[in-house]
Parts: sequence; structure tokens; C-alpha cells
Amino acid sequence: MITKFQVAYKNLLRKKIRSLLTLVGIALSAWVLVSLLGFNRGFEAALNRDIDNMGFQMMLMAKGCPYEAATMMLQGGTGLKYLPEAIGDSVGEDPDVEGITPMLMQAVFDPDKGESGGISAYLGVEPRSYAAMKTFLKFRQGGWFERNDVHEAVMGYEAAELEQREVGDLILIPEKNVEFTVVGILERTGTQDDGTIFLPLRTVQRLFGKDGEITTIGIKVKKDADPSRLEDKLYELPDVQVVSLAQVKQTIMSLVSTAKVLVLSIAIIAIVIAMVGVVNTILMSVHERFQEIGILKTIGAMPGDIFQLVWMETLLLCAAGGVLGVALSLVLSRLTEWVIRGVLPYAPKGGLVLIDMNLILFTLGAISAIGLLSGLYPAWKAGRIRPLEAIRSEVGG
Amino acid sequence: MSGNGVALETIGLSKHYRRGSEEIAAVREVSLTLHQGEFVSFTGPSGSGKTTLVHLLGCLDNPTSGELLLRGRPIFSGNGRQLSERRLTEIRRETFGYIFQNFYLIPTLTVLENVVLPLTFHRKPGAGRDAAELLKLLGIDHRRNHLPGMLSGGEMQRVAIARALINAPEILLADEPTGNLDTKRSAEIVRILKDLSREAGVTVIMVSHNLELAGQADRQFEMRDGGIRKPGI
Repeated sequence: MITKFQVAYKNLLRKKIRSLLTLVGIALSAWVLVSLLGFNRGFEAALNRDIDNMGFQMMLMAKGCPYEAATMMLQGGTGLKYLPEAIGDSVGEDPDVEGITPMLMQAVFDPDKGESGGISAYLGVEPRSYAAMKTFLKFRQGGWFERNDVHEAVMGYEAAELEQREVGDLILIPEKNVEFTVVGILERTGTQDDGTIFLPLRTVQRLFGKDGEITTIGIKVKKDADPSRLEDKLYELPDVQVVSLAQVKQTIMSLVSTAKVLVLSIAIIAIVIAMVGVVNTILMSVHERFQEIGILKTIGAMPGDIFQLVWMETLLLCAAGGVLGVALSLVLSRLTEWVIRGVLPYAPKGGLVLIDMNLILFTLGAISAIGLLSGLYPAWKAGRIRPLEAIRSEVGG
Repeated sequence: MSGNGVALETIGLSKHYRRGSEEIAAVREVSLTLHQGEFVSFTGPSGSGKTTLVHLLGCLDNPTSGELLLRGRPIFSGNGRQLSERRLTEIRRETFGYIFQNFYLIPTLTVLENVVLPLTFHRKPGAGRDAAELLKLLGIDHRRNHLPGMLSGGEMQRVAIARALINAPEILLADEPTGNLDTKRSAEIVRILKDLSREAGVTVIMVSHNLELAGQADRQFEMRDGGIRKPGI
């Protein structure tokens, strides 16, 4: 006994190159689909992780473009304007605020960085309030500086790796010609903290002539507080602006979504082309087997049997193409991520393409459904072939 | 001829085609009776209507008029009512087996798979035959796992016969079964058909150009211009 599935499968092997090319077309469209949907989920998860790892949900800074400032913060940069440090006292007393941490970002030109020099940035922080807000930071070596006004530094994992520094080593601040002793090196966090060099806030203020000034206040909102109410209250302070990271996330995601619509359109076009390819392949196969299908009907196959056979061929092609496409997307996800990072102006740390079992099953289901749809017409056409027409196409008498 | 009951009977069976404004009578008023286990042949020049008649006898087509009865049961009853393709298939798979000049084996399936293929679509209750036994009977058991492309013409026609017999048909229709074979292989195939009618009681209807081979049938019908010129005796 031979099953219809075996007949369908063996028939696809009849024209191996044609079947393979069709299968590759389906695989490529499945790859695009998985990578695109996986990117959307991965990007959102990575962005959430970046924002959660900041330890605070709002930032207070001097007036300017909030999104530019927020993006700079996410990338380890800073706002260009300064706030009076005293403003933090009133913010910290607000009943909706759990805690605050003042920060001062400063940058200098380092002639030894890269081939032709580059900018080195330093973040002045209060060790106590900053550590309390970023409880997830763990030390590979050493710990935070004891006081707020010493010449000591804490380096992020990547910064220490790049500079080849251990606890006890010295680092020099270019332009200022001042040396700091490394007292702690953080473990890898997968966030922008990995590339940051932390210095005591007071020391940075004094060194750069910014006494009593800061660039940003990180604000941790109480769990039961209403963030928008707090935002309104903060806007009553003079010349400040509030950046809620939820808003930043929404803005970045909406920008990404715009790009996603474009890429999704391309994916849909790829899928439609693959579908046309499938219809063409199966129609050609039906045409070539016109007599054979007629004979199958002569030996007992009903129109429904022929329909099933041809439909099964389409489904097999699409399912195999879908599996190949998913495998490709898994194997090449790092490459996809690398390409995306090269294109996007801002990309969070960590994996950008998140492919899980749900996505795999969804894609296989979608590609199979497309296959079933593509197979309808050829299968219907094959089912209508009359045995007599098939026989007459060669024999006379 | 075994002389059993009536397997198939036609009364005034006709088939007309239209080609533009012209009406062509491919089969005209054919009346004949074939018995169970009988081996009959139809001969005649090209265009004589023998193939069209065999298609009507094998329920591959609807007649324009006339009656056809299978074991006394009316299939086409002369009222001009056309049977659907589905109904024709149902009748065919219960009653007929077919072999053709071009064998029509599925090239991607092995000999054994080709033989059992009809069972994938329909297994006649209690009538399915053992494929291995059939292949042995037809002398091609050693080829069971080979693809059709590896067989000779004679072997391919034997496979086609085995496929036609797998569902134990009452009537076997052979349309030019030796058309693509040499003399020796043709004689072998006709001997097999003859044995089937004599020993297995299958009614065999063969169309052939070859008068010598057709002459080996129990009865030979000669056709001309859509009618039977020389009825089999």
C-alpha cells in the first residue's frame, strides 16, 4: 500500500531543481518574516531592558529637546545644559518620589583614543544614591569609592577591558592631566554602564569648574505613584524639562514601527512572489502530468483524491520551505542583528532579534496556510481533468 | 469463451461529435453482447470508431444514445441522461481494469508501488488481490523494487496489467496493448490476456491494429465507419 502523501512527495522529486528553487523562494520569504517579527519583539525587549536597567523612570534636565537628551542618555551621552544641584532637594522631598540621584556628565578630547583621537566621557555620580538606584550593578573587582570627593574611579566592564585596567591601576583624564585610581570594576550588565567610567560627583564638579551644577537628575518614582501627576509637578520648576522613559520608549518604538511597516511591505511582496512561484510550479507540474492524472482517474481516483494529491504537494513544498526559512533565520540571526545595528541610529544593547517557539510556530502556520491557499487553484484544476481527454490527447482510432 | 452469463450488453449504442457545424457519428447503433470470461477483440482502420466504442463500453464516456447494461444492470438507459464524471468513476472502479498502449506508469514509483496505487484510491470490498502474487503470476516479481524507467516495454505492460488486476475487475479493457511492443513481447501479452479470460474468468476487451493478434481472441469484431462490419462469431 502506498499513501497519497508518498505519491505527492515522490512527485516533487521528479523535477528536483524546479522544486528546490520554489522551496528556496518560500524559505527566503519565511526567513524575512521570522527575522522581521523577531526583530520587533527583540528590539522592544532590549529597549525595555535598557530602560529598566537605568534604575530610574524619569530624568530631569535643563530645557532642550527631550528625545535627543534621552537618546543621548541611553547612549551614554549627556544633555548639553546644566541644572543647579539644589533643585534636587525639592524633587527628593516630593511624596511621589522614592529616590533621586544627581549626575554630571563631562567629556574631553582624548588624543590617544582610536587612530586620530576621540571623545572620552566621564559620569560624576554620588556613590550612595546611584548604587541604591542601580541595585543590579555587581562588582567584578573592588567596590564604589568611599567618598564623594576623592580621585578614585569605577570602570564598567567594557571600559576596563578596553583600557586594560585592574583595581589599583591609574587612569589619566586627558586635558586635565589628573590621575584617578581605579577602585572598582563592574561585572558585565549588557547596558550602557558597561562602557562608562564613573567618578565621584564632587570631584568632577571641581575638576571641570561646575561646582553646584549637574546635567541630570535620575528620579525613581514610587510604585503606587501616578507618573503623569509627578511630571506635571516637576514642570512647575523653572527651566527644566522632564523626560519620562516610558514616553521615550513609545517614541522610539513608533519610529521602529514606521520602519517595520516598510520592511513588512517588502516581506509581503516577497511572500506574494513566493506564492506566485508555488502556483506556477504546481500548475506546470499539473500540466505536464495531464495524461498521468487522467489515468489516475481511470484507475479509480475521484476528483477529490486528485485535489488532495496536488494540494499535498503544495503543502509539502511550503512546509519544507518554511522549516528551511526558520532554520536560516535561527542560524543567521546574528548576521541580521549586525545589519540592523548598522542601519539604525539607536539600537539597545543585547539581542535585537528574538526568535522563540511561538514565533516559529506562527511562521510555519502562516507559510503552510499560504501554501494551502496557493495550491487551491492548481488542485482544483487537476481535479477537473477528465480521463478521456487525457487518453485522447495521444491515442486515436 | 467460457460461456457464462452476460457481462456487458449494448443496444443501439451511438456516439456523435460536433466539429464546427458538422456532426460526426463516431459510433453508430452498435448492439452486442459480451459474456463473462470471454476474450473479444475489435479491429479496424484508424477512425473506424473502435477506440470510441471501447471508451463507451468502459464507461469512460457518455453515449449520445443507446443502452449499456453491465451484468443486466442498466448504466446508460437510452434516455439521453448524461452521467457525471464522479458517477462514471464509481462505476469504473467497481467493474473495470484498463491497460493502454503507452502503459502510463508513474515514473517516480517502483513497480510494486505502481501496482498497488489503485488501492490508495479505492479497495473493492473483499476483492483486493495480493500484489506480490500478481507480479509473480506475470513473471516480473524480480523487478518489484525497480522504477519503470529501468524496465523493457514488455515488462512495463505486464506491470500495467498487474495494476489493472489489483482490484479484481470483472472486465479488462486493453486499448492497443501491444502497440509499442515487438512481435515476441506482443505475443506474450496477448497470451497473458487470453489466460486471464480462461483461467481467472475476466472478460477481456482488446482493441488492436494487428489482425494476427486480434485473431487469437474468442471473438473478433471488425469495425468500419462507426459500425460493426463483421460481428464476432
